[in-house]
Amino acid sequence: MKCRLPVIVLLLSIISLPLVAQDKPALTPPEELTAFDAPNDAGGRIALTWRASEQNDKPGVSYVIYGALSPDGPWQETGRFPATIGFKSDVPYYFGLSEENKRWHFFEANKIEGLLESITTTVYFKLAVTDGANTVESSIVSSAPNGNWFDTSKVYILVFVAGFSFLILFFIRLARNNPNLFIRHIPGLDAIEETIGRATEMGKPILYLNGLHGMDSLSTIASTSILGKVARKVANYDSQIKVPCYDPIVMSVCQEVVKEAYVEAGRPDAFKEDNIFFITNDQFAYAAAVDGLIVRHKPAANLYMGYYYAESLLIAETGAATGAMQIAGTDSITQLPFFITTCDYTLMGEELYAASAYLSREPLQLGSLKGQDYGKGFIIAIIIVGSILSNAGVAFIVNLFKVF
Amino acid sequence: MLKRQLPLVVAFIMGVLFIVQYFIPHQVSQDFLTYVTNWIRIIVSISLLLGIYSLLHFHYTSISRGSAGWGFSIVIFITFLAALCAGFGPSIINWLSPLPQPAPADLPWYRITGVKEASPLMWVFNHGIVPFSATMFSMIGFFIASAAFRAFRARSLEATLLLLAGVIIMLGQTPLGGMISNIIPDGMVWILTIPNMAAKRAILFGIAMGSIAFSLRIIFGIERAYLGGGKD
Repeated sequence: MKCRLPVIVLLLSIISLPLVAQDKPALTPPEELTAFDAPNDAGGRIALTWRASEQNDKPGVSYVIYGALSPDGPWQETGRFPATIGFKSDVPYYFGLSEENKRWHFFEANKIEGLLESITTTVYFKLAVTDGANTVESSIVSSAPNGNWFDTSKVYILVFVAGFSFLILFFIRLARNNPNLFIRHIPGLDAIEETIGRATEMGKPILYLNGLHGMDSLSTIASTSILGKVARKVANYDSQIKVPCYDPIVMSVCQEVVKEAYVEAGRPDAFKEDNIFFITNDQFAYAAAVDGLIVRHKPAANLYMGYYYAESLLIAETGAATGAMQIAGTDSITQLPFFITTCDYTLMGEELYAASAYLSREPLQLGSLKGQDYGKGFIIAIIIVGSILSNAGVAFIVNLFKVF
Repeated sequence: MLKRQLPLVVAFIMGVLFIVQYFIPHQVSQDFLTYVTNWIRIIVSISLLLGIYSLLHFHYTSISRGSAGWGFSIVIFITFLAALCAGFGPSIINWLSPLPQPAPADLPWYRITGVKEASPLMWVFNHGIVPFSATMFSMIGFFIASAAFRAFRARSLEATLLLLAGVIIMLGQTPLGGMISNIIPDGMVWILTIPNMAAKRAILFGIAMGSIAFSLRIIFGIERAYLGGGKD
């Protein structure tokens, strides 16, 4: 046994000899390093690109990016990543979908403490490639970041919004000449008249909620617009409407909207400012207070229009338990199932925005709804064509969205 | 004239400015956004006073008229005053105290009350608002059960499909589903990622189109009901 051991060691040494003798392939300095102002920003970002190398881009090898305010240093590490990742092809919205992009590395130096704090400071960069044992550095490059006046990555949004806006404006113009445009019925809005009539017959108030967003939210603006129409009908029927608010600004707007509606209905004396009041801007305290109102006053009808969160079910389920007729309208996708389950009618998403136009029956507003429907038709057509082309191996439409 | 036209002009100018701002990443544009956002914060802060007045006025009226549940309005006044004292009390006591720059543990408020929180208002928050909010939030579970009971009654084809989907999702979320059959968790994933996702995206597309159309109506003054009234 003892005499075998040196033989085994000798054999192992002979076997491993070629491996030891074989040198690791030498790293090469990164080529064609370029620094330039990163596009589509307010400044403070510099992009670096350099040619990928078969010799360097292997597992275990890393690129290290150093930055400095002077070509003489001191150098500060601003980034480090494995050599097998980080290509221009990863950011098609900067460089497009060219195959050549897979042969170029890309790195974006963001605001770095002491280096890119100022928006327009010239920063010097050098790149090192290292496998742990050996390190090779590139030449030094520099660039100064600048703020841009147009975000090219949003071109497709601009084109779509502009096209869609023209479509809507076209139909608004069309509606001037032909006011009898056909708009499909929205049962939830048709039922508003019925709910107000029911409340009047029962001698009970109508509860109207605006959701939990402020006046900077489209859903709240839409909700206050609907409130105006509802309040006018309430004034005509000589019923009562109560509007507990989550936001003081929304409360002020609602008071003004309801007051105007009563004036238009010729019943300014029937308007009670106290019926539109602020509760709190704490989510669950608001839900508890509204639940209390529903249980105590037992409104004949509850209208929930606007944006809601988790309190939606707490409020709507309490309303359902009291037997009130309920109509909800929200663009909060996560709360839609709760409203659909607990309310008699639910306006989903865009129907909330369309409600004011639908209730007013003004040709100009209805024209915009028509334009909106044609816009949706266009999107449906793109989805169908895109699906067919994609299945047929033509990725034009898919790539279009990747690039932007 | 001015009351109606001025807001419409402001809505048009600000609407156009913010559309343009969205496409400009330059620092000037970012500064403009920050400036306007700060103004919104200031207005919101001021409007809170309006809210407090409305709240107290509503509950004062409720007590004076003896409306249904007027006793709760008294609770509002008591808790409002208590919160006010908890917020301003320590500052007033500390200000009246002759001790020069005492360490937090030596502040008179802490010696009097023994409250360990940074301020009594924090104590009210931690021991009042947080548990009350958590109680309300936890009640959602029971409300979901009662809403589901109503929704899942198989009265029509749609309700039956909803019931089936609900059962698959509920079982799929639990280990029991996988123990019965692998089809249940797989079915759950399929329902969530294919039909559910398709419906959600369809609604999202509608919301996106609707919001553009609605914004245009506001910017061009076609939609003016939010200003109060429907016509000039």
